[in-house]
Amino acid sequence: MSPLLSAGTPAPDFTLPRSADAKLRLADSRGHPVILAFYPADWSPVCGDELALFNEVLPEFQRYRAELLGVSVDGIWCHKAYREARHFDFHLLADFEPKGAVSRAYGAYDAQNGFSERALFVLDAGGVIRWSYLSPLSVNPGADGILAALEKLK
Amino acid sequence: MSARLTPPVSARDHAQGPEDAPVTLVEYGDYECPHCRRAYPIVKTLQRTLGNDLRFVFRNFPLAKSHEHAEHAAEMAEAAGHEGRFWPLHDVLFEHQDALQDEDLIGYAASLGIDPAWAAAALAQGVFTERVREDFASGVKSGVNGTPTFFINSVRYDGLLHPTALLEALVIAATPE
Repeated sequence: MSPLLSAGTPAPDFTLPRSADAKLRLADSRGHPVILAFYPADWSPVCGDELALFNEVLPEFQRYRAELLGVSVDGIWCHKAYREARHFDFHLLADFEPKGAVSRAYGAYDAQNGFSERALFVLDAGGVIRWSYLSPLSVNPGADGILAALEKLK
Repeated sequence: MSARLTPPVSARDHAQGPEDAPVTLVEYGDYECPHCRRAYPIVKTLQRTLGNDLRFVFRNFPLAKSHEHAEHAAEMAEAAGHEGRFWPLHDVLFEHQDALQDEDLIGYAASLGIDPAWAAAALAQGVFTERVREDFASGVKSGVNGTPTFFINSVRYDGLLHPTALLEALVIAATPE
């Protein structure tokens, strides 16, 4: 499979559903940093910890005007239930149809298992990847790498 | 990624065990987190087993959006710390994790000889909010990736929350090369 996109690469644009009646286009988020958090699945215990942590750290991200977006192959209704149950204050995007296409474009798709890898990207205000990180599936990445990358953008 | 303790342990921290112990275990924890509750007796066992070879430090990492009482519990622990009663209150909180309402917290403080009116005012006025926030921010910087997260001699421990696994990692860290 293609390798994880690395720093210096323009982030491939995409449009994905963020709810039943709304889509999000990445290019519309230009003008401020964006954090893309690809993760294997809603509800899996490790993800819960990763996204729950990021949810708590949102105020720190917002100090850099950064927007956090979660991406997995789960559908919009699954995302909706998950987001509400965990009180997430950021969007979860459904990389559902064609399945995993955006994750593949970022080199963050595990084709054998059929879900996204646990991968993080920090994009600058111009939509260029400034930092990326692929985490072992079973290890929660912390937010330290994201914050260090955001700090460097300043 | 670094995943190293930032800043390192200092006099600011709540610590049990000798300062020059060969191994220091730092926990970032949340008083309302069930996994931290599970870790609590494990840490006690490790302390009994390693004695003066272990220094244990606790820093606050309340997941306030998931656990509605976690922030105030952490602030009350810090308030108790201000009165020299951090560890007794720390233990009480984990032993009564199902009762962490403000009035419970104030009652625990009172049972340890802390003026309940002072404790209530400290909570209401957020006297220790900043201190807890500093702990939280340091945890994020250090690579805390859930609760509890442990650091052994400043390096994040990614192993199992199990006494044998933790003991082994501590003994290895304590053994000179």
